[in-house]
Amino acid sequence: MASLIVAENLAKTYKMGEVEVNALKGVDFTIEEGSLVSFVGPSGSGKTTLLNLIGCLDKPTGGRLLVEGTDVSGLGRKEGARFRGQNIGFIFQDFNLIPVLTAFENVEYPLIMVQSRPVSERQERVTGLLAAVGMADQKDKFPDQLSGGQKQRVAIARALVTNPKLVMADEPTANLDHDAAYGIINLMENMKDELKTTFIFSTHDTRIIGEVEIVYTLEDGRLTGQQISGGKVHG
Amino acid sequence: MANLFKIAMRNLFRYKRRTLLTMALIVAGMVFVLVFVAVTGSFKNMMIGHITESFLGHIQIHKRGYLASIDNLPLHLNLLPKEVEMVEQVLSITEGVEAYSERIKFGGGFSNFQQTTNIRVNGVDPDREFKTCPLLISRIVKGKRDASSLENGKILVPELLAKGLGIKVDDTVVVVATNRDGSVNGKTFVVGGILESATGPGGRDGYMHIEDARELLRITTKEVSEFVIRVRDFSRVESVHTQLKSRLSEKLSKRGKPIFEVHNWEKLSPFSNISNMIDIMTFFVKLMLISVVLISIMNVMIMAVYERIREIGTISAIGTLPGKVLSLFVAEGFLLGIMGTISGTVLGMVIVFILNLSKITFSFGRQTGLILSPAIGIWEVVTISLFVIGMAVVASLQPAWKASRMEPIDALRHV
Repeated sequence: MASLIVAENLAKTYKMGEVEVNALKGVDFTIEEGSLVSFVGPSGSGKTTLLNLIGCLDKPTGGRLLVEGTDVSGLGRKEGARFRGQNIGFIFQDFNLIPVLTAFENVEYPLIMVQSRPVSERQERVTGLLAAVGMADQKDKFPDQLSGGQKQRVAIARALVTNPKLVMADEPTANLDHDAAYGIINLMENMKDELKTTFIFSTHDTRIIGEVEIVYTLEDGRLTGQQISGGKVHG
Repeated sequence: MANLFKIAMRNLFRYKRRTLLTMALIVAGMVFVLVFVAVTGSFKNMMIGHITESFLGHIQIHKRGYLASIDNLPLHLNLLPKEVEMVEQVLSITEGVEAYSERIKFGGGFSNFQQTTNIRVNGVDPDREFKTCPLLISRIVKGKRDASSLENGKILVPELLAKGLGIKVDDTVVVVATNRDGSVNGKTFVVGGILESATGPGGRDGYMHIEDARELLRITTKEVSEFVIRVRDFSRVESVHTQLKSRLSEKLSKRGKPIFEVHNWEKLSPFSNISNMIDIMTFFVKLMLISVVLISIMNVMIMAVYERIREIGTISAIGTLPGKVLSLFVAEGFLLGIMGTISGTVLGMVIVFILNLSKITFSFGRQTGLILSPAIGIWEVVTISLFVIGMAVVASLQPAWKASRMEPIDALRHV
């Protein structure tokens, strides 16, 4: 399989006034297409920073990062937004659904505002994805009428609706109970197999780590370990 | 685009009370401006109509220098027969002139054989004068309201003068005037009617037949003091004025200077200052409305952006371009403006309609019982509405721009 993400000596330093904080201190890894990868580690280990870099939400201060063959460290505001809109889906810890839109409209949103797809294509794709995440019968409900697990399923459908190669999820199960968390991880795994999408997520939820095929451990801004059950990672 | 507005509309009604309050502000501003413009416009138009149609006319033509000395009513600045012909020829080829009247204006003594006072008189051809100033006939408060009240030998006496001297219709009076050569002449007249005073210069003049005026002043030629012109369509007064000015400015004296001076009603009446003041007041009222719209919408949009920072982060993260984020917030401002404007216009028009039904009366100078008929032109409504909507868009631009410039990573971290 082809490499989707290549990180070479990736570093990120934040300046907080006079103080410099090294959030990532030279990280190397490669992730192939169609993987389910998790970054684990304690708070402050650099998980979220790394996910932000891979998701093109932030720029590295050192090293090189290739996402789908593109060096994303040089992307400007607009180019970054275009790249994300075409290639990356996002799932957030707090679900981040738009409260004034129904489940259907939330999933449809990126196809309207980001990719400007025609109505027929939107209908087909959104309906299919809502069915795939088990939310077809809840499509007309607004976020405040859904449970946490249901919201996250809608968020997964939204992340997948643009057919991205990569889906980033920052602590996707942090606000869910045990059953819902398992359900979400299983759903991501199924979607990965069905759509050949790469899922990368951060977590410190030990309940679900065993379910993931590749687990990277981050400590103090460095990769300190990796657990490979599917053999898809070359670190 | 429809989806953009659908989302914008839902966002607006996310905070119903705040949106409705802001809309109410815009509605109140719109209503206030529309009613103010309608009422003041009606007052202004009524006054202009009254002044121009009862004695002033829309345009006047004099010999150059006459207007500067009009208080003296100088006979030596009358237009001579050859000059009268020139003016008549120009008037005959000028488009938009509905009627014109020639006047001889002079000042003299007025007596009822017991008391004497001063009077200013216009010598006119009754038919022409009534066509040029159609409301003059309605100012005859006593006597016949037709041309017979101004036939040869009759005089229309101003109301105040008649009251002061105890004069009634059909009484005999004497008018004495100094001729251009300095000699004095007198002539008896029968009072044909009592003329209600009107506000403005010339509003308290008496009227007699032009031939009687010439006889009294011993003028043997067809000379006149002024031409008073009525334009067919009031909105074309300025255009006719310009045409006349341009054509008559070509007529030069032997010294190479223009013979004539042409003035529109604005130059002839101090009411034009009041009219200008009304326009200035209207402008400031509109400015207040704009400020209300600007501040209220900007306030709402700033709040909307602040409260939705994480949401902005989310939509930016999933790839919404900055321009689309901007247009989403501008659409909210636009919708707020358009909803406020439509509601305000409808309510404003209803109030104007009710005011018309109420038949509110007011006084202007000595005229009482004038009925207020507020009206506002469709273009005025459209202009004000477009301006308010435009301001709503402008007011939402700054918060929208701020939203579009947010880094998604910072916005997502916002608590």
